[in-house]
Amino acid sequence: MIAVAPTPLPAGSDVIAAAMVAAGCRFFAGYPMTPFTEILEAMARRLPQAGGVCLNAESEIEAIGMCWGAAAAGTLAATGSTGQGLSLMQESLAEMALARLPLVVVDMARGQGDYFQATRGGGHGDYRLPVLAPIDVAEAVAHVKLAFTWAEAWRTPVLVLGDYYLAHTHRSVAEPTRSTPLPPPWSLDGTTGGSGHAKLISPLGTTKQRDGLGGEAGYDLSVHYHDAAARTATMLRCLPPQTESLYLDDAELVVIAYGTPAAYVRAAVRELRARGARVGYLRPVTLVPFPSAAIARLTGSARAVAVYENNTGQALDDVRLAVEGRVPVRWIGGLSMDASGFGIAPDLDVRILSRRIEEAMP
Amino acid sequence: MTDRPMLPIIPSATAPTRPATLLHDRTPDLIDVGAHQLCPGCGEPVALRAIVEAVAELDLTRACVAVFGIGCYTAFSNNLDIEVVQALHGRAPSVATGLVRARPELTVLTVQGDGDMVNEGLQEVLHAAARGERIACFMLDNGVLGETGGHMTAATPLGQRTKNTLEGRDAARHGHPIELSDLVARLDGTRYVARGAVNSAVNVHRTKKLIHGALRARQHGFALVEILTMCPTGWFVDTTEAPDYLVQRRGPDQILGVVKDTTRPTT
Ligand code: SF4
Repeated sequence: MIAVAPTPLPAGSDVIAAAMVAAGCRFFAGYPMTPFTEILEAMARRLPQAGGVCLNAESEIEAIGMCWGAAAAGTLAATGSTGQGLSLMQESLAEMALARLPLVVVDMARGQGDYFQATRGGGHGDYRLPVLAPIDVAEAVAHVKLAFTWAEAWRTPVLVLGDYYLAHTHRSVAEPTRSTPLPPPWSLDGTTGGSGHAKLISPLGTTKQRDGLGGEAGYDLSVHYHDAAARTATMLRCLPPQTESLYLDDAELVVIAYGTPAAYVRAAVRELRARGARVGYLRPVTLVPFPSAAIARLTGSARAVAVYENNTGQALDDVRLAVEGRVPVRWIGGLSMDASGFGIAPDLDVRILSRRIEEAMP
Repeated sequence: MTDRPMLPIIPSATAPTRPATLLHDRTPDLIDVGAHQLCPGCGEPVALRAIVEAVAELDLTRACVAVFGIGCYTAFSNNLDIEVVQALHGRAPSVATGLVRARPELTVLTVQGDGDMVNEGLQEVLHAAARGERIACFMLDNGVLGETGGHMTAATPLGQRTKNTLEGRDAARHGHPIELSDLVARLDGTRYVARGAVNSAVNVHRTKKLIHGALRARQHGFALVEILTMCPTGWFVDTTEAPDYLVQRRGPDQILGVVKDTTRPTT
């Protein structure tokens, strides 16, 4: 008999790292923090093999600064952290959006308390970042690819919002193929120096202020901020909001959840359906742009909507804005975590969720 | 009353026969437009000129990216004819790290002030130096946050007046200044550290040599040149007195010249 050693399934973090490298990411910088750490470890292992660079930065602030430089040089760059580390990165995230630099940020959050941080942008000023919230490792792989596509196409940071479950679920996913994209024409390589039109990448824009003497000096911020606002509006109009749904045709109650907790909510809804309850399930897959129109349309014939998330009610606001009072919105979420604080939630139990959903039935 | 030579008088009673023409444009090649909004007597444009001239002299124009911090000199980040990445306050060494790691063939330099580098960005510059990043950092050091109107920085010398140390910086109340050059020189990743000044033509000339030294040394590791610049506005002194005030405030304690150079064989 031949003994075959079982191949261990890779952890979500490793699969996500592989997906980033496959999407063309050749620069990564980060600072360890649970539950993001393993992505940094995997990138440190994988990137050099792919001819890329992974730097262990001194802080999240420096990590994103390094990515800023690599992105300006036309290298597809990514960083990540958990909510606390993301707080430190916000200044640069906001300004990279203004400097029109592509970047993918993987936020392995602790629970879902950072929904506002992710979707509103914890940074200053008038900007929006596209945000994707995968439900599982397989979808995370697709989202990583999409995030780089959007980041390149719109020259903006894009956020992939995951959590402890996503980072630590072991799952087999086909290893994606590798590609190395060419540096885009706007990126810097030094060669336009001395041409009279040397390239500039700046969060202050590139429009010069008239100095009143026939020359041009300094930045014209009014032109720049108006342009940036117009570009953001176009981006949000063009990016397709995505949803996943089940049993909406005759649902009296539609339960809304996002990210990995949605997998538990989906299972609870399936079970309740099997028992004959007229309950449906709807998941915003993109958090920015938020699928407001789809939520309004798909919950139109329901008698109530319920929202589950592992926080004190953040996406709840967006759902309320989407249904605009047409149906009552009931809260079935709440903070749930074990003593570690890393986002492991005792509430993510199909029995607990089923009971809450039943109680919310109209 | 005055012993200054009289300037030629341009008759203004009658219209000139010919329109004015520019005889000598002394704008350096790599500065698009010489006009700027910095104060008269400011040392930063002089230092910047020295930096871009050094870039051209070393034939790095088409192989160079400058990363700018935030300060009065930021007005120049879209006036140069070399490629520029405008960074945030304090963050330039990290941005430069990303650039040079992504494109090792580039000569990457940073332009920062003392507020940018020693206050907000101290951690970044120290770590970039310790890592031995192949970048050249230029700190325009006037001891004040000029852009906000002349406030104390960590590099403000004791006794210097600023908007929030009106009686002069006092160690007991405001702490001791951080001597960045000395601090950075002690790190093993640092190959070159020098201190220059632009208070006189002679010092500008010497500083240019130090800039050359840093741009060459960065091929081997981290290089820093601290360039002492005048800020008459932030110092509350007359424009013409600023160079002397610089010597008076900084001169006695600060040695100009090369602080560390490990790119040369030791004798
Ligand atoms: S405030 Fe000081 S540093 Fe700023 S432009 Fe004026 S003189 Fe220069």
